[in-house]
Amino acid sequence: MLNLNTRRVPLKTQYLISIGLVIIVASACQYMSNYFGYRVVALVLLMTTSIIAMLFDFMPVMVASILSAIIWNFLFIPPLYTFHINNTEDFLMFLLYFVIALVNAVLTFKIKKAESKFRDKEEKENSIKLYNTLLSSLSHELRTPISTIIGAVDTLKENKEKLSIGNQYILLDEIDKASFRLNRQVENLLNISRLEGGVLKPNFDWCDINELINSVIQMQSQAEDHRVEFKENDSMPLVKVDAGLLGQAIHNILHNAIQYTPPDTLIKIDTNFQGNNCIITIEDQGEGFPEEEIPLAFDKFYRLPNSKPGGSGLGLSIAKGFVEAHGGKITLSNIPNGGAKFLIEIPVETTFINKLKNE
Amino acid sequence: MNKPEILIIDDEPQIRKLLEITLESNDYKVWQSASGKEGIILAAHHPPELILLDIGLPDKSGHEILKELRTWYNKSIIMLSVQNSEMDIVTALDNGATDYLTKPFRTAELLARIRSAIRRNQLPNNNNIIECGDLSFDFLARAVKKKNEILKLTSTEFQLLSLFAKNEGRVLTHQFLLKEIWGIGYQSETQYLRVFVGTLRKKIEDNPNKPDHIITESGVGYRFH
Repeated sequence: MLNLNTRRVPLKTQYLISIGLVIIVASACQYMSNYFGYRVVALVLLMTTSIIAMLFDFMPVMVASILSAIIWNFLFIPPLYTFHINNTEDFLMFLLYFVIALVNAVLTFKIKKAESKFRDKEEKENSIKLYNTLLSSLSHELRTPISTIIGAVDTLKENKEKLSIGNQYILLDEIDKASFRLNRQVENLLNISRLEGGVLKPNFDWCDINELINSVIQMQSQAEDHRVEFKENDSMPLVKVDAGLLGQAIHNILHNAIQYTPPDTLIKIDTNFQGNNCIITIEDQGEGFPEEEIPLAFDKFYRLPNSKPGGSGLGLSIAKGFVEAHGGKITLSNIPNGGAKFLIEIPVETTFINKLKNE
Repeated sequence: MNKPEILIIDDEPQIRKLLEITLESNDYKVWQSASGKEGIILAAHHPPELILLDIGLPDKSGHEILKELRTWYNKSIIMLSVQNSEMDIVTALDNGATDYLTKPFRTAELLARIRSAIRRNQLPNNNNIIECGDLSFDFLARAVKKKNEILKLTSTEFQLLSLFAKNEGRVLTHQFLLKEIWGIGYQSETQYLRVFVGTLRKKIEDNPNKPDHIITESGVGYRFH
């Protein structure tokens, strides 16, 4: 089945193509009329309108049907070049032609309508399914730390005498970690709703990208089991960005790399300025992403199949949203020798006064 | 010695309870109020050494309470805010708040800020000599030393660094710094500030990329230690 999305072709173009096609086919038939009779022409024209019916909306198809009937009558049914029909048989054929062309149009229209209804239904079901998986992953992400906190507090309250000081400390530490995890998820949800709600207005100000990246690295308390390498690029100008949003985007990518690559591996951050773009790359030495998953990596709530528990699947989509709020783009690719590479590219206003001053 | 008194104005009972226990166990005397109006009356009746004021209060916004308090109360006010509210924080600091903390905060951080704010109440900073870690300032001689070596500073750099030193521990907003050093009309020219902070860091920090002295408070300003 031809599956052209008719909504994409503007109505005007549909009319033009329909009418044009009928005229071209009719002219071709006119040219060939020495080789076959006018009744064959009727079938050829009917086939043309059927093809048009498969591709286009109802009205252009109707126009094509009527036009082809008129042309057939005028150019092919004797007496030629009149609308007059002598023969009863021909008259009947003309009438049949007309009815078949119309029925054709109506039927294909109905089929298309049923099809789109079916597609809508399928889409709706898919989104409900997606929504349900999101809810379950999200409630898991929120409930795990809450359960930890409630459980640890209960144990501390009720079994205080039986617990060694060391174990009490471990429980307190778990409460601490769970609270921060909870806070991070709430922060993620707030950020995603800021993005979705369209209330996100970047607050552009001059920013030293080297300083921003350094501060993001220092904020990563979990980075201890990874080596994060960043070499300041002294040729960077000051750029106008929303440091809060861009910092959060870099933070999320870095956090993602720390979570999903083996300990003791290297994460390398670089920054550069090309054309009018500020470029930031983050490369890790993990396994990279399966090629077929790359297009999905930035989708909301998307997580790699079989990835370790923990994580809401929001971090990368927030990073993407924040970079796009700058009019920039973020891409993910695999490094040939292994590892993933995130590339942030943002068009920026710049000033090199920092360089003049330092000379 | 009398315990320093702190007034908490916050509508959340849980936060008040947490602050009360934390502060009392650290030898402060605590007063508390759940609403702005009541807080102002309490403060007027018995002026505390420091006020912890929540920005989002149900009856009046923390900003209004801050403005009202600042018409007569000149000791430290620390604002409590939520994350992602840099605009609120900048407004509060420009309206005379001493400092701010975003919830959730660590109690060690809270206590450090309170100690530093109360210390500032007690000694108005008109000393000619200030010591700050490995830096020492002599304002009469217009000289700054790092580890006993005199730093070569331009006049603007010296002005900026002195302003920081006189407000040690305190967040100074971009607008405030630009107005003080470059004058009115320069408040949006933050690129100057970035440049001078950058060059100052190269001169005073051991590692300019991991600064210990001039700390960036993202979206708000700088804090000098």
